[in-house]
Amino acid sequence: MILGLPPHAAALMGTVISTLIVASISCRALALKRPDRDYTELKLRTLSWWWMIGLFFLVLLLPEPFTLVFIAFLSFMALKEFFSIVPMRLVDRRAIFWAYLAIPVQYFWLGMDWYGMFIIFIPVYVFLFIPMVMIIIGDTRGFIYSAGIIHWGVMLTVFCVSHLAALYLMPTTNTQAGGVGALLFLLVMTQFNDVCQYVVGKTLGSRKIVPKVSPNKTWAGFLGGVSIITLLAAAAGPYLTVLSLWESAVAGLIISIAGFTGDLVISAIKRDLQIKDTGRLIPGHGGILDRMDSLIFTAPLFFHYLHYLYGWAGNA
Amino acid sequence: MLDRLLKVGFVLLILRPLVFIWLGLNTVNRQSLPTRGPAIIAANHNSHLDVMVLLALFPLRDLHRGRPVAAADYFLSNRYIAWFSTHVLNIIPLDRNVDRHNSAELLTQCHKALDEDEILIIFPEGSRGRPEVMGRIKKGVYRLVQERSNCPVYPVVMRGLGRALPRGTARLVPFNVDVVIGEGLSGFEDPEAYLQRMRAAYAALTKLCITSSCVDRERNG
Repeated sequence: MILGLPPHAAALMGTVISTLIVASISCRALALKRPDRDYTELKLRTLSWWWMIGLFFLVLLLPEPFTLVFIAFLSFMALKEFFSIVPMRLVDRRAIFWAYLAIPVQYFWLGMDWYGMFIIFIPVYVFLFIPMVMIIIGDTRGFIYSAGIIHWGVMLTVFCVSHLAALYLMPTTNTQAGGVGALLFLLVMTQFNDVCQYVVGKTLGSRKIVPKVSPNKTWAGFLGGVSIITLLAAAAGPYLTVLSLWESAVAGLIISIAGFTGDLVISAIKRDLQIKDTGRLIPGHGGILDRMDSLIFTAPLFFHYLHYLYGWAGNA
Repeated sequence: MLDRLLKVGFVLLILRPLVFIWLGLNTVNRQSLPTRGPAIIAANHNSHLDVMVLLALFPLRDLHRGRPVAAADYFLSNRYIAWFSTHVLNIIPLDRNVDRHNSAELLTQCHKALDEDEILIIFPEGSRGRPEVMGRIKKGVYRLVQERSNCPVYPVVMRGLGRALPRGTARLVPFNVDVVIGEGLSGFEDPEAYLQRMRAAYAALTKLCITSSCVDRERNG
C-alpha cells in the first residue's frame, strides 16, 4: 500500500500527475513562444484540470465513505444542472424535490453493500414513485413531458453516475489495484478517449459522422479514438483491473464507443435547448454535465461488463 | 463593528454555502461587480433571495459597503426579521406606499450611503413581479445619480431564483441561478435616456443566461 492506496492505483495516479505537469509546462512554453496568440482558454482549462484531478485524488486518499459522498455530490450537482437548463412547469418543483432525495438513498444502498437494491432502486421504485407524487400535485397539463424529463434526468445523473461508486466498491481479486484501480482505469480511458478523438479528428478527419448533432466529429476521429483506446486498455487493463488482456481490449472498445455516444447525447441536449454550455461551474470547461458527458455512458456499461464477467462477490 | 462581524459571519457560514452549494451560480463577468462605492447595482427582481445572492458575491472585506434597498413591508415585517434586516443585512428600508415625505427620506438615506462610498443594491422594477419576466423599470435610480458624476449604475440580470423560491412558497428547491453582471453605466442625459440604456443592457445580459425559464409562466404569473 502507498499512502493507503493499492500500489497499481498509486502508480497510475502518479502518471496522471506527471502528465498534468508536462501539460502545464508545455502550455507555459507555448504561451512564451507565441506571445502574439491568446492562450487564456488553454491556461484556464489546464488550471481547471489541476483543480478537478487534485480534488478527486485528495478524496481517494481519504477513507472509503468520503469517495462515496463525493460521487453522490457529483450526482447532485449534475442533476441540479440538468433541471436548471430544461424548461419545466413551476408545479414540478415538488416532484423535483423528491427526485433529489433519491440521491442519498441510492448511495446508501452502495454503502451497505446491497447490490440488488442499488441496481433496481431508480429504474423501479423512483420510476414509479415520481409519477405518484405528480398525481398528488394533480396538474395534468404537461404531465407526460414532466414525468419523462424528471426520470430521464435521474437516470443520467444519479443512476448512471452512481456506477462510478459501484465500481470503486466492487470487490476485486486484483488486490494490487483494488476498486480504485478499476475506477481510475475507467476515468483515464474515458477522458483520454475524448482527447484522442479530438486530436485525431483535427489532424486527419474530414468526413463528418453526425453533422446534425456535432459538426466537429469526424469518422477519422471516432475510429482513431477507438483503436488507440482499445490498444491502451489492453495494455493497462490487466494491471489495473481483474480483466485479462483480451477482455481489457473489449473493455477499451466499449468505453471508446460509449464515451463517443455520451458526448454526443449531451451535445444533442444542448443543441435542443440552444445553449453552448450546461453551466459555468468549471472555468474553461463549462458545466459539470459538459465534463461528465462521456462518463455518464461509460460508467454503467463498463461496470456491467465487469459484473457480467466476474460478478459481485458479496450480495447479489 | 459588531454588526459588520455579524454580516461577515452570516454571509460566510450560512449564505455562501446556501447560494453556492444548495443553489449554484452561473456567474458571468464577476470581476465587474463594484467593490467600492459610490455605485449602484441595479438588478432584476424575482425572489427575496435576489439580495442574498448578490451579497454572497461580495468579497468579505467589502461586504459592509453593500447596502440593499429593500421593501419595508417584508424586511421589517416583524421584530425578528427587522432586527436581522437592519443589523445583519444593513438594509435601507423602502416604503412601497410612497408619499412625498417618505420618498424624500429614502432619497436622503440613499445619498448618505453613496456619500460614504457605499454600494446600493436596488431593484428598479420595484416589486418581484412575475417570475423571470422583466417588469417596467422605474426611474428612482435616475433621480439618485442625476447629480452625481462619479456614480456608475451596474445592470445585473439574474435568472433561476423564480424557480428555486417562487412567490408564496418556503421550500427552497435547488436550481442553478444565472448572475450576469454588466459594465457600469453613467452620464445619462435625461430619464428617457436612462430607461433606454438600461433596457438595452438588460436585454443584452439576458442573452447570456443559460438556465431555462418555466414553461407555464402564463398560468402561474
